[in-house]
Amino acid sequence: MIVYVARRVALAGLVVAGVIVLTFAIAHLVPGDPAATWAGPHASAAQVAAARRYLGLDRPPAVQLLSYFGGILTGNWGIAIHTHRPVLSDLAVVAPASLELVTAAMIIALVVAVPLGLISARWPGRASDHVIRAGSILGVSMPIFWMALILQLVFAQRLHLLPVAGEYSPSLLFTHPLTRLTGFGLIDAPLTGNWPMFGSILGHLLLPAVVIAAYPAGLLTRMIRAQVLDTIGDSHVQMVRSLGFSERAVFGRFAMKLAWNPVAATVALVFAYSLVNTFLVEAIFDWPGLGSYTTASITSLDTPAILGVTLFIALVYVVANLAVDIFQAAIDPRIRLR
Amino acid sequence: MRLSITNLQVSFGERRVVDLAELAVGEAEIVGLAGDSGSGKSVTTLAVLGLAHTVGATVSGSIRLDGAELTGLSHREMREVRGRRIAAIFQSPALAFSPVYRVGSIVHRALRLHGMTRAEAAEAAERAMRQVLLPPGLLDRYPSQLSGGQLQRVAIALALALHAEVLLADEPTSALDVTVQAEVLELLRELRDRERMSVLFISHDLAVVAELCDRVAIMQHGSIVEQGPTSQVITAPASPYTAELLASVPRLAAGAGQ
Amino acid sequence: MIEAPSTLPAADARLPRGQALRRGLGANPLMVVGALMSALIVVIALLAPLLAPFPADAGSATHPFLVLHPPSAQHWFGTDNVGRDIYSRVLYGARISPLIAVIVLAISCAVGIPLGVAAGYFGGWLDETIMRVTDIFLAFPPLLLALALAAVLPASITTVIIVIALTWWPWYTRLIRGQAASVAGRPYIDSCRALGISRWRIIFRHILPNSITPLIVQVSLDVGGVILTVSALSFLGLGAQDPTPDWGLMVAEGQDYFLTSWWVVTFPGIAILVTAFAFTLLGDGLRDLMDPKRIFLR
Repeated sequence: MIVYVARRVALAGLVVAGVIVLTFAIAHLVPGDPAATWAGPHASAAQVAAARRYLGLDRPPAVQLLSYFGGILTGNWGIAIHTHRPVLSDLAVVAPASLELVTAAMIIALVVAVPLGLISARWPGRASDHVIRAGSILGVSMPIFWMALILQLVFAQRLHLLPVAGEYSPSLLFTHPLTRLTGFGLIDAPLTGNWPMFGSILGHLLLPAVVIAAYPAGLLTRMIRAQVLDTIGDSHVQMVRSLGFSERAVFGRFAMKLAWNPVAATVALVFAYSLVNTFLVEAIFDWPGLGSYTTASITSLDTPAILGVTLFIALVYVVANLAVDIFQAAIDPRIRLR
Repeated sequence: MRLSITNLQVSFGERRVVDLAELAVGEAEIVGLAGDSGSGKSVTTLAVLGLAHTVGATVSGSIRLDGAELTGLSHREMREVRGRRIAAIFQSPALAFSPVYRVGSIVHRALRLHGMTRAEAAEAAERAMRQVLLPPGLLDRYPSQLSGGQLQRVAIALALALHAEVLLADEPTSALDVTVQAEVLELLRELRDRERMSVLFISHDLAVVAELCDRVAIMQHGSIVEQGPTSQVITAPASPYTAELLASVPRLAAGAGQ
Repeated sequence: MIEAPSTLPAADARLPRGQALRRGLGANPLMVVGALMSALIVVIALLAPLLAPFPADAGSATHPFLVLHPPSAQHWFGTDNVGRDIYSRVLYGARISPLIAVIVLAISCAVGIPLGVAAGYFGGWLDETIMRVTDIFLAFPPLLLALALAAVLPASITTVIIVIALTWWPWYTRLIRGQAASVAGRPYIDSCRALGISRWRIIFRHILPNSITPLIVQVSLDVGGVILTVSALSFLGLGAQDPTPDWGLMVAEGQDYFLTSWWVVTFPGIAILVTAFAFTLLGDGLRDLMDPKRIFLR
């Protein structure tokens, strides 16, 4: 097992190095002269030259790459133009809110996908199967930003069932201010016993989480159906049946156990994918996470910030893939015993 | 007769694959069901277990366990019979156990499903493992870590622990080495003698059937062409098909009457 | 003379082709729906100038006295913030997203197939290098890389095509490489080599045809995904610019007026949804049809 983990980690490290190089390449695709942009439109030629030296842009590309690399590894991810703060500290502030959002979305997606996938697999080809399949394809075909707007209009604006925007009710800022310990509102609130705030955050979380859950729910439903149908013909399923287990246990416990492996892998991949989807949703709901940060960065052409977010999410993706590999080896003994 | 099957017909839509007039297994008896592949033997096992519908087959006829009719039972009632009173072991033991569960986990779950407490289940499992001459510690392993022979013995241990009355053995030794095969056959004999189990032994290998079974039924194209005590059927086959099968087993043809 | 072995027979050659097809279609009514919807969208795209009541509105026409009118008999989908007929713009929009999707996928295949076949057939250091490069590209979720690139390049449809193609080619390389490697490993390829058949002939007559089927399925599934990515980039302002009637752009432009004029956002969004849905339905059905171990359901 240790050898397996070590091998995976080494490979992931290589990919991370490549990702950093690629991000560097993108940063230098920006048309125009970064030094001139930095110095401003009225700067003299001498000032631009001085800016170039200051920014280290007069060094050969290989040296720039190395210093960029070193910077990333030591925590210097540049200064965001629209906030004038280090990108990394900006990320530390906004990332937790998005991680909260996507985690909630994953939970919603699994709660929906597992039963629907099992129902599809248990009665394949029937009307329920076709309806669920249409539903899941609808989920993966959904333009997220549009769904966010529509849900906001219907549930918040017209029906007044759920809050329109924000992370929590603004009035609570005065009556029950939230002390931030970890940065995660849903963890900090219970930790400090601030239950009104906890409830408010949950209420505000619901709509954006449902929107983000649409794609994973659709994907996972189809995948669970396929996995369960794939194994249901196997001998060990027949054996478990012959022992007297009900069809519900046969599908829900035994067949599903084999499906968890690929499902876990998919959840990890979709997690990072959904982090990117927050870009399309958070601004609409004014949820203060990575998405809102990125949307603001795009509007103000804040390249360091955009690349910082890109690098961050790519790293999350690599780590997620790594975690999945190790998890799969842990629950499916066939992999690590190979 | 503990298990008696009468007028059993199993069909896949229009196509009838089994048309069994009569087959019975008594207490403390091993009855062999022999015939070529495709003669409908395995489907008969599924029918007795009440699982024929899972492969898309329809069943009609009578299957009686200790006189009680099984074919009319509800799903829930049948589930109580399955495993508890009628157990089954299958051809590829390596494939019969779910690869992501420890072998003992399946055993414990089955025992608890049929009413044992956690302590009772643990004890029964351990005892059964010793009866099949396996160290109980093997229950903590995954199927991929055990040999075919060991897995088949665990399957038999499960039937033992549940104190099943009938054991349906569907080609249990076909995938095993000859030496391991002998051990499993010996275990089946013990089940008959010590536990007084009724064993229906299904196989295409007439040599093994002749060696193990008290009575034998020969199946061809879904019907039984001949039935009777093993020595009689082997030495004086009434059906030409039986004679054909015998002729294709060189060892038997040479040493008939052992 | 000894003849070179022919290409492998199709996966389900047990049934005559037509019968297998009809049975597959019968079991999959959704795919037929998807196919019909997709065909309809293509027809709309082709006939947009004829179907749109106000073709000029698909461009930079302005009607100050028709601003933000709700849906009516004259304007089925209402008008937008400069008075343009949304129905016409939505119809013309059908020419943009699907076309971009086709171009993007064509480029991705053009790049991915040769690289994948080369990696799969030749193996060795070529394979390793190509795989490491695709690993790095694949470390980014699709929209992210496209977004990062689009953010640094000038916003236009061309940019969108380039950045999405750059994001998509690694998937196809991976896919083809896996297939090519497995086909190349089969014994009959060895016998081809032993017979002295040139490697190009082996690649074109044997490796390529046997690797292509999963790609076809994947491409049909990806059309919907690319359309969603295109509209997402346009929504963020990184793609088509006004006055192009790109659906994503229309949703973005309508955002500010959305709470009082719901139609400006709703109809372009439905267009995106329906198009992505139709093509994905079709692709999903194709995948089922081509699945060699397709389970015949009772």
